[in-house]
Amino acid sequence: MNNQDLAIEARNLSKIYRIGLEEEQHDSLLTSLTAFVKSPLKNYRKYRSLYKFEKKDMEAGQDGNSDIIWALRDISFDVRRGEVLGIIGSNGAGKSTLLKILSRITPPTSGSAKIYGRVSSLLEVGTGFHPELTGRENIFLNGTILGMKHNEVKRKFGQIVEFSGIGKFLDTPVKRYSSGMRVRLAFSVAAHLEPEILIVDEVLAVGDAEFQKKCLGKMESVTREGRTVLFVSHNMGAITRLCPNAIHLEKGMVVHSGDSISVVRQYLSSGKATSAERVWEDDEDAPGGEVASLQAVRIKDSSGMTVDNIDIGSPIGLEMRFRVKKDGFLLNPHFHLFNQSGDHIFVTMDLDPRWRGKRRPCGTYTSTAWIPGHLLNEGRLFVTAAMGTLEPRLNQYYVRDAVSFEVIDNLQGDGARGDWTGKIDGIIRPLLKWETEFSKENQPCDL
Amino acid sequence: MTFLIPNMMQEVAEKKNEPSIVIKPKSGWSLPDFKELKEYRDLFYFLVWRDIKVLYAQTILGMAWAVLLPTIQIIIFTIVFGKVARIPTEGIPYVLFATVAIIPWTYMSQAMSQSSMSLVQNQSILGKIYFPRLIFPITPVLSKLVDFSISVVLVLAVMIYYRVAPSINILFFPVLVIYMMAIAAGTGMSLSALAIRFRDVKHALPFVIRMLMYTAPIVYSAASIPEKYRLLYSFNPLVGVIEGYRSCLLGLPFKWEFILPGMVTTIVLLFVGMMYFQKMERTFVDVI
Repeated sequence: MNNQDLAIEARNLSKIYRIGLEEEQHDSLLTSLTAFVKSPLKNYRKYRSLYKFEKKDMEAGQDGNSDIIWALRDISFDVRRGEVLGIIGSNGAGKSTLLKILSRITPPTSGSAKIYGRVSSLLEVGTGFHPELTGRENIFLNGTILGMKHNEVKRKFGQIVEFSGIGKFLDTPVKRYSSGMRVRLAFSVAAHLEPEILIVDEVLAVGDAEFQKKCLGKMESVTREGRTVLFVSHNMGAITRLCPNAIHLEKGMVVHSGDSISVVRQYLSSGKATSAERVWEDDEDAPGGEVASLQAVRIKDSSGMTVDNIDIGSPIGLEMRFRVKKDGFLLNPHFHLFNQSGDHIFVTMDLDPRWRGKRRPCGTYTSTAWIPGHLLNEGRLFVTAAMGTLEPRLNQYYVRDAVSFEVIDNLQGDGARGDWTGKIDGIIRPLLKWETEFSKENQPCDL
Repeated sequence: MTFLIPNMMQEVAEKKNEPSIVIKPKSGWSLPDFKELKEYRDLFYFLVWRDIKVLYAQTILGMAWAVLLPTIQIIIFTIVFGKVARIPTEGIPYVLFATVAIIPWTYMSQAMSQSSMSLVQNQSILGKIYFPRLIFPITPVLSKLVDFSISVVLVLAVMIYYRVAPSINILFFPVLVIYMMAIAAGTGMSLSALAIRFRDVKHALPFVIRMLMYTAPIVYSAASIPEKYRLLYSFNPLVGVIEGYRSCLLGLPFKWEFILPGMVTTIVLLFVGMMYFQKMERTFVDVI
């Protein structure tokens, strides 16, 4: 490849960290006292060793029996100019470390990367926001922190304000904003960065449904503008929609790379991705509003088993478990279904007569929507779990692509496929009833 | 929507085959990349501006604090050291003697301590975005100049009260401002890089700064130091700054034997600070 077309050239990037920093336990006053006296020197060595690596550490790390962990190991790849590359992998696979190295936040332990062009990285929205400053002031501050020039921010100021929709509160200190407003403002600034190379980490997972849609739209337009983008996400739908190519990292190494659909498929089938079920153990991190929060979403078959693959003819259960924290609201749990190309297939709402029009007491609810067999087309489908209250209308949560599942055609001939063996296009593939009338012609057939 | 400013496009075209950034492990000693720092001058401006803006947010007295605190300190020192202890001041009224020293000292102590803690305080930004880290310790050195400028009013007031007319010596004033900024910057760069690794700095710093005050001729006169210790004494750059301000503002002859050795120390401090900071810079994020 001619290096004129290159945006990023990464060669043998490795990064190691030392983890052996556990505190010692002392069981008597005397031992803890002697340890206390000896501790300054020990502490000094300990904190010093954090970033000092000897050759033996590099070698010892290979066997895995030392206090060294390899966050990245010999990563090499090229990104062409204008390419949109997705990076996927389970937690701790090294995705964030890779982005941090490419954004120059932390240096690699060995290896190198050449970057051709101006880079902006967005590892978190709202970096450097100051609560005492007004929205207007924070736009300028955050913009320059993200690498824009003063004039650039000035030029885009109008667009940023308009995109964020916080115009009225522009001169209010940010500490009086709701968290939603803060995120919207932060994302709006970030969205107007115009570097040649953009490095993005999961920033789409913010805000309410409306705003998320806007962000995803913005990301889509950014990728169409021919900019080089590196995009890390757990959202497989977004990856396949936005990135033609992807790499899959696992334990600091590249497992697969290539076109994103096949990389995502391999990732999902590797068992690393718990795609068919997602659980929020901790109420703190769970998506939710004042009234309800989401606890779990999963895909199940008619026997109640969590499944990732489901036969095209079998009913599919979309289940959400949620906790109601405030009494007396009319709730509207609903699911959105999207396919791999991002088409919104349908919305389905909880119509269970036991709860319809009834105010719900506090407690945990598990609701399931059943999609009949022979309705969806083959392929991967992404489920968004959402919840709102009805009077007044308040969003509680909207978790885009919370879970996903694969509809598989078993080619048994009992489906809508019939005896056709080729590809079948279409957003859905319903099994419809066909009726065919016949009348016999009096003339003989043409020869 | 426009996405590339024209001159940037040109720059990119010229350097097409040259990587704009090469990322690789770094070790050894080097000086900061001043060209890169210049690129980030807008950010410098906004961080300094943020510091100033935020400092007196939600206060009743606002910028009056910059005058009020040194005033109280001057009053206390005048009572304790001037009236009670009767420290000799070479015939200068004690209020005048103390004021010209306390104002620059207030700047230096605040700039030094803020600069030293700058990395620890900004660690959330440190791990999320790249820009030359040197901006952090330098920002307080600049933003504290605002307080300094305001409190200079106090010096002027006292000078008017005692009818001290500025002499030609006042031309030396800008040199002293740069001198004291260099001390704060040198200390701040070294200590901020140290503080991010060893938080001991945070505990020791307030004490050390309080002690430093007594190493400089702020409440007493440098002339009271025995002759044979004077050279050693004046390698403390604080001595030079304070003596310099006194001569500059009160129109007394400059005592170069107190001023010059400290300048040597300051230049060394500045270079050591920059190089140590530069050496440690790339490991900051890994040791937060």
